[in-house]
Amino acid sequence: MKKLLATTGLALLSLTAAAQAEGKLSIYHWFEYIPQELLDKFSEEYDVEVTMDTFDSNEALLAALKAGKLGSYDVAVPGDYMVKILNSEGMLDTFEASELSNFGNIQDQWVDVAFDPGRKSSIPYQWGSTSFSVNRDVFDGSIDSLSVIFDPPEELKGKINVLDTAGETLTLASLYLGIPQCTSDRDQLKELNALVQKAKASWASFGSDVAKDVLVSGDAAAGMIWSGFSAKARAEGANIEYAFPKEGMIVWMDNVVLLKDAPNRDNALKFMNFLLEPENAAAVTNYAQYTAGVKGADEFLDPEVKNSPESNPPADQNGVFVEACPEEVQVLYDAIWTNLKK
Amino acid sequence: MAAKVDLRRFPGFLTVTILCLFVLYAPLIVVAVYSFNASSSITNWGGVSLTWYADVFTGPEAPKFQKAALNSLVIAVCAATAATVIATLAAVAMTRAGRFKGKTLGFALINLPLMVPEVVTAVASLVFFSAIGFTTGLMTILIAHIVFCIPFAYLPIAARMQSIPDMFEQAAMDLYATPREAFKLVLLPLMTPGILSGFLLAFIISLDDFLITNFVKGAGVETLPTAIFGSVKQGIKPNIMAISTLMLAVSVVFVSLSWLIGRTGQDKKQAR
Amino acid sequence: MAGGASSRIYEGAGLKLMLPSWLVIGIFLLAPVAMMAVYSFLTKEFRGGVIWEFSLAAYDQFFFDRGLFGDEAPTIEWTYIGIFWRSIWQAGLATLACLLIGFPTAWFIATRDPKTRSIWLFLVTIPYWVNLLIRTVSMKFLIRDTGPLNEFLLALGVIDEPLGLINTNFAVQLGLFYSYLPFMVLPIYAAVERYDFSLSEAAADLYSGTWTTLRLVILPVVKPGIVAGCILVFVPSLGAFLAPDLLGGAKTFMIGSLIEEQFKGSAGNWPFGAAASMILLTIVMCVLLVYARNQNKGETR
Repeated sequence: MKKLLATTGLALLSLTAAAQAEGKLSIYHWFEYIPQELLDKFSEEYDVEVTMDTFDSNEALLAALKAGKLGSYDVAVPGDYMVKILNSEGMLDTFEASELSNFGNIQDQWVDVAFDPGRKSSIPYQWGSTSFSVNRDVFDGSIDSLSVIFDPPEELKGKINVLDTAGETLTLASLYLGIPQCTSDRDQLKELNALVQKAKASWASFGSDVAKDVLVSGDAAAGMIWSGFSAKARAEGANIEYAFPKEGMIVWMDNVVLLKDAPNRDNALKFMNFLLEPENAAAVTNYAQYTAGVKGADEFLDPEVKNSPESNPPADQNGVFVEACPEEVQVLYDAIWTNLKK
Repeated sequence: MAAKVDLRRFPGFLTVTILCLFVLYAPLIVVAVYSFNASSSITNWGGVSLTWYADVFTGPEAPKFQKAALNSLVIAVCAATAATVIATLAAVAMTRAGRFKGKTLGFALINLPLMVPEVVTAVASLVFFSAIGFTTGLMTILIAHIVFCIPFAYLPIAARMQSIPDMFEQAAMDLYATPREAFKLVLLPLMTPGILSGFLLAFIISLDDFLITNFVKGAGVETLPTAIFGSVKQGIKPNIMAISTLMLAVSVVFVSLSWLIGRTGQDKKQAR
Repeated sequence: MAGGASSRIYEGAGLKLMLPSWLVIGIFLLAPVAMMAVYSFLTKEFRGGVIWEFSLAAYDQFFFDRGLFGDEAPTIEWTYIGIFWRSIWQAGLATLACLLIGFPTAWFIATRDPKTRSIWLFLVTIPYWVNLLIRTVSMKFLIRDTGPLNEFLLALGVIDEPLGLINTNFAVQLGLFYSYLPFMVLPIYAAVERYDFSLSEAAADLYSGTWTTLRLVILPVVKPGIVAGCILVFVPSLGAFLAPDLLGGAKTFMIGSLIEEQFKGSAGNWPFGAAASMILLTIVMCVLLVYARNQNKGETR
């Protein structure tokens, strides 16, 4: 009996093991960001079995890699400042531009970027902005200021969802206050601390992966959100408007990076090259509704995605990238964040 | 004193019981009902349909959930089997081997997985696997599951064994059975109901686990609960309700099964 | 122990039979927990990980407040004590609610005649076998502002606007209560089933009222069941993760999310997470120790 059970168990284990094909690719990706059809297409074209795990913040990606996941993924999709951090942590592998036949498809302004000069370990994926959206059924006033989130009008109090990431939330708060990022000025930090503490009383929840759903379901009437995610919420029927605040908003670029100790380095490069095909980059854009960093992707875009109000800010809109702070400053921001969620 | 007061009865207890069952079942029933909703908006009722059940098996997310379900099943079967074997040996030692060194401590150790808070076990396992350079994957989930399944398998088995007098084995030994034969031919059949319910309990506990699995799972490996959690965080969609209802049905079948096994075990005991 | 000394069959084999369980639990649970204990005394590495240098910084951070910039005179840090206290409070309230609902239910079931009794029992156990995640999600769906409960009450005209239950402490308590209610019912049921009703008769003969009998006669006798039920609800509630995360809106840290955040979130402070884990473990062990003491006292009496 025992023997029988043991054999069955072993057989079952090997069954799941056998389900994995020869060529593999293991992706660590933001959630709800890449269409399954595109992964299937890659899978078919290159006869590679693709597995994907998802994360919901740049920090969660870093934490997972730190806690032993490095070496099990081939590629990941960190945002700009996280590329820099991963690189400084020695978590990235490098490649030569010649290893990617489509390297030339990268839009010129995204080739030599500050967070990865010359694109040694990364390729551009999508870029967009972080701001907030408001349900117009609930509030029809002006939403041109971050005060909607940090000093909300009466109608929105207790109905706001905030992204559950220290980086973006505190950066937007800094923009609202007009203080620089990564500041070590005590008064400014105290001011920042006081602001978010006070604003928290008006917030309903913290959540990044829920950011779209709370707006669609009506659980929240306003929320910090990424541009494309807001467009998707709108497409799903929420009567929301994405704001372009006068204090500025966060601009970011997500990048596909080649991870150190990637178990399938060749397939990883094939995948990166695949994503630099204009048609494939456009497929991601059509799904996630951000903007691709690849030449020629435009002609494959759905018109409503291309012309979406979320992806087309006014010409004079200010945007900043989130900065990676040095350790002695970062601990202060961490302290403010923990203090906020206590 | 009134003529005849039923001492077993307290006013209002029936009401509370019904309230209790209502609280326990209302959410499950609501979700089960809404899983048959034809509308894709989950809050508006659009008539009865099996759309979302079809979606579970053929929809875009179907491969993901099917793989996760297969993983869950394989892990639960393997973990429950291993835990049951280990727990059976331990139960024999605790109830049959008299006194030995380390018995009290050993008992505490077997129950340790019940005592350490789940979140502590989760982070400790994660850090431990990472420190010893054990790549997380199906195997790490399996190991973690075996650990916390042991006490759940142990409890029903030990309870059963305590109620089996050892005279049967003694008699077998007197008839020149070897200890191995006495175990295999006499004790094991008597223990079977306990072992089965231990296995079932461990199986369900393994299927149920989210937190520990979420910490020790490796690249590309999901179990049903972690896959559902990932999906639910982005909104409760109708296909999740259909999956939930299916899992509810499976659970009900399982409880009924273990209930029946328990009953036949008891009937036998009473008949004896 | 049944059989006890007379089992010559397995005499001396005890250690050998226990070895597999000890090995598995020793290596894959005891060692990791011991490692966490060690980690809690190490220095944190920036952005996750540890540096092998002895430090009390993690515990210092937990108990002392040195200001936002770490240079003020240390005062007691209430942040984390507060988080623990809130978790204990939430778990305590959930336990109390479980007891208030669970005791009458257990009593009611245990006093049915054996045939119907098993059906009632069956009904109470089914939800326990349903995946905890699914139960929590179901609860979230039911009570959200646009969910069936509010829609129903709105349609009836009982309320004018949604109750606003979701993302509150109450929702977390409700979730915990709902998750662990069967844990309360089952041990109390077992205790009441063994209760000898001649005691109630004796009390009634001495003109004790129904409720007085409950308080003075029944409760002391079924106390072990109640205590066991409370432990079974309180301990898992204390470190719960799903209910605060899904029902509480992840707005305030509970012990579980505080620890998780150190290893998976932006904070990345492993020694601190380890220290918080050790403190949680200590609290749970204390509760269990008190329980074991009581049990022993009860048995010797």
